[in-house]
Amino acid sequence: MPTIAPDVYLSMGLTEEEYEKICALLGRVPTETELGMFSVQWSEHCSYKCSKPVLSYFKKYKEAIEGEGLENAGVVDIGGGLGVVMKVESHNHPSAVEPYQGAATGVGGIIRDIFTMGARPVASLNSLRFGPIRDGEADHEIVRRNRYLFEHVVRGIGGYGNCVGVPTVAGEVAFHPRYSGNPLVNAMCVGIVKTDSVATAGASGVGNSVIYLGSSTGKDGIHGASFASEVLGEDSEAKRPNVQIGDPFAEKLLIEATLEALETGAVQSIQDMGAAGLTCSTTEMSSKGGVGMEIDLDLVPMREADMSSYELMLSESQERMLCVAHPGREQEVINVFRKWGLNAVVIGKVTDDGRVKVWRHGRLEVDAPSLAFTDECPVNRLPAEEPDHFRRATEFRLDALEVIEPRAALSRLLECPTLASKLWVYRQYDQSVQTQTALLPGQGDAAVLAPRGTQKGIALKIDGNARWVYLDPYVGGQLAVAEAARNVACVGARPRAVTDGLNYGSPKQPHVFWQFERSVRGIADACEAFDTPVVSGNVSFYNESDLGEVLPTPLIGMMGVLENAEDRIGMALSPGLEVWAVGYRVEPGTQQGLGASAYLAECHGIENGRPLAPDLVLERQLCELLVTGVENGLILCAHDVSEGGAAFALAEMAMAGGTGLSVDLGGLHAGLERDDAVLFGEFPGTVFVGLRPGSGKDLEALVPTGLRAVPIGESGHDSAVCLKIDGRSVLTCGTLELAAISEGAIPELMAHVLE
Amino acid sequence: MNVAIIRFPGSNCDQDALWALRGPVGVEAEYVWYESTSLQGFDAVFVPGGFSYGDYLRCGAVAARAPIMAEVGRFAAEGRPVIGVCNGFQVLCEAGLLPGALLLNEKQKFLCQDVWLRADSRRSVWTKDVDQLLRVPIAHGEGRFVCDADTLARLQDHDLVAFRYVDQEGRTTPEGNPNGSMDSIAGVVNDRGNVLGLMPHPERASNPLLGSVDGLVILRALAYVSA
Repeated sequence: MPTIAPDVYLSMGLTEEEYEKICALLGRVPTETELGMFSVQWSEHCSYKCSKPVLSYFKKYKEAIEGEGLENAGVVDIGGGLGVVMKVESHNHPSAVEPYQGAATGVGGIIRDIFTMGARPVASLNSLRFGPIRDGEADHEIVRRNRYLFEHVVRGIGGYGNCVGVPTVAGEVAFHPRYSGNPLVNAMCVGIVKTDSVATAGASGVGNSVIYLGSSTGKDGIHGASFASEVLGEDSEAKRPNVQIGDPFAEKLLIEATLEALETGAVQSIQDMGAAGLTCSTTEMSSKGGVGMEIDLDLVPMREADMSSYELMLSESQERMLCVAHPGREQEVINVFRKWGLNAVVIGKVTDDGRVKVWRHGRLEVDAPSLAFTDECPVNRLPAEEPDHFRRATEFRLDALEVIEPRAALSRLLECPTLASKLWVYRQYDQSVQTQTALLPGQGDAAVLAPRGTQKGIALKIDGNARWVYLDPYVGGQLAVAEAARNVACVGARPRAVTDGLNYGSPKQPHVFWQFERSVRGIADACEAFDTPVVSGNVSFYNESDLGEVLPTPLIGMMGVLENAEDRIGMALSPGLEVWAVGYRVEPGTQQGLGASAYLAECHGIENGRPLAPDLVLERQLCELLVTGVENGLILCAHDVSEGGAAFALAEMAMAGGTGLSVDLGGLHAGLERDDAVLFGEFPGTVFVGLRPGSGKDLEALVPTGLRAVPIGESGHDSAVCLKIDGRSVLTCGTLELAAISEGAIPELMAHVLE
Repeated sequence: MNVAIIRFPGSNCDQDALWALRGPVGVEAEYVWYESTSLQGFDAVFVPGGFSYGDYLRCGAVAARAPIMAEVGRFAAEGRPVIGVCNGFQVLCEAGLLPGALLLNEKQKFLCQDVWLRADSRRSVWTKDVDQLLRVPIAHGEGRFVCDADTLARLQDHDLVAFRYVDQEGRTTPEGNPNGSMDSIAGVVNDRGNVLGLMPHPERASNPLLGSVDGLVILRALAYVSA
């Protein structure tokens, strides 16, 4: 009996224990192809072997894995027979070595996840993290590399998304030295589906034909999923061949053909070929359907004739799907795909023995129970350990920290790449194709879509503040959800559901696992409080390089619903409005709201202290108050206090509206001893709104106990932002001047990036 | 009034055109597949935007040779209305139905933003009654209009420049010209005036929810031109 040398399975990312379990499951030594398939399906990317115990904090996830399975858990019913599906996926490692294709195929992959459910993809969002792009914040070569990555990731997202005709409606970009070796590229896609036409991935019907759809299979992207589940190192550049190449034109055809084929009713089940293409689609479709599947690789459309079964099963060539047709209806599916100029070839059939069998050149190369691939992966229980910096963050004191001159501090915040205007980025994305975008990037705290066929609007946001999570993962997790919820409420939408992108270093480092566990707990608790279930998500571990691990970066994709899309509001102040603060008081404590703040980081170079915890009950009431105020036509614009504090939020409202404002921030939070805390403290639960003069009484009438609405000033004022504290003028600056700083920052840094 | 919306593989503004025409414009509209060879029963043709054939060759070059385009050429030669938007404009240029070409934007990047348009041609039925400035989005990587000096002179002398990019005050300025187009040209008509091509998307400015309805005046002109 042939044996397999340990260096073979170890090089595929399998442990000795896992290898032994595979042998036990098969009752023999696996073939090379089987081993490759196990290594992919048992990678963290596919199996969640390290994260599963923690993900069960998400109630809906727990219910789904114990009950009907995850796939249908992802549809959010918005009424009128329509459902919203959404998901985030990371493409961090591919983007680190080949930024354009890495980002592009990240977008393509998540779009396929959406239309494979029968939903038309209606919006893309993204969340990006890079190392510093300003000179002096890292070695010159690293800064240059970071700019290069930023430039080409943005191009890749645009290049793919623009071509497939899915608008990119929202996103965020942040920069920090901890991402220098390992940028984060998370793409989110949102689709709309008739709730009675959700497609399934569970194969059924013994004897039914299995049909290969879409682009031909080549030798690209082999072992991409395993690559995503290891730490980036010196040899990462050699992994470039592991990166898939995207073909957005093929994807556009695939979207139209798939949706058209599903409409015929001839498709029994369908799944996209994600990680390890044919491996995941055959094993997962049969495992979900409780059946077996037998395919002949000789029939697979190939780009090169000499491909082995190993290469065919492991290839991550893009823009491919696998479907099962109802008996006798294969030709209907094939005809639709042929019309769109795409491959559609019967390559096998559904069987009753629960086994995946794969033939190549007349030889049975794979013969294994489908469940072995999908359900038998050993779950790792990893140790967690609180890191020292968490204790230091708790003990941090402001003491004699200098109060920076407010105007200089505000300029510093406006020009730092994380907080500067992202116009340079989103102008490269088609934001309005499909003509449903009712609030564009930069106009409000969230994007709003007005989908056809309903009066309702959908508000979308993706957000995460890794500094908060780093310094207090539990509170940071809560804040991420609270802020995303507040953001959709600020445009007039009730928060409804969450998808998350969880990005961390190696979970085998106890302090990383602790960050993961604590932040997921925070997210889960906040999602319970808001009644916004986590309907889907993605875990990305091993975001490390020789420069260290990334900051713990959980991202929250939030979807909210407006009863009437026409009600949506943005953040732009127009002249002549009253400016009010609504929300709740927060006890500022010894760190005065400056713990973990952008002000400390950007103006003092200190990343320490802890973020203030949100009151989740009041946060939810605040969201409801905002939505009611918008629905009643009282609130005309709204923006929440977040990174950069009150001064930054007000400056953004003035810049968006091209007007000025004069407000007094004194007394908003009791017990503040420093002007910088009033101006730049990051207090949860505060939203600034613009009201028609005299309508404040009507707003006050809506305010429940525990919340408050306070008039703080008005807009207009000669296009200057004038901030006071208890009648004392502390900051005056022309709005255009502020906008020039904010909008000029990134273009200036990116002006000379070489191809 | 029935408008044929030509669908190429990779068109992605076909649906937007359909919705705008059937909805706020209030005319009939139907898709016509690129392999079709007949425009029978149609009064006008709309060549929509997108990335036909992925724009992997020169933008619009492959689509311009699709089976339906011979029929679009014949249709145009009869003096009937044809409008091409964005990639559709590129297709019409590649098909020889409009002069000039669309090259990579001056700053090398895809641009999605609102622009101001001034309808300049007093001769063309598409634009002769458009007096106000129009706020309409662009979304393209290759929209910089260029042509040779003789063609430019002919466009100017014969009043064939349908739209120019302008600033908010209606002046042609470098700042108001997002992609570096020659003479700030955003759209042109053919000699006869029945074929219009423009880079900005009127169908994306057809509904108050989208922030502008200025595109409707262009789309509604379809009916006048056909009359």
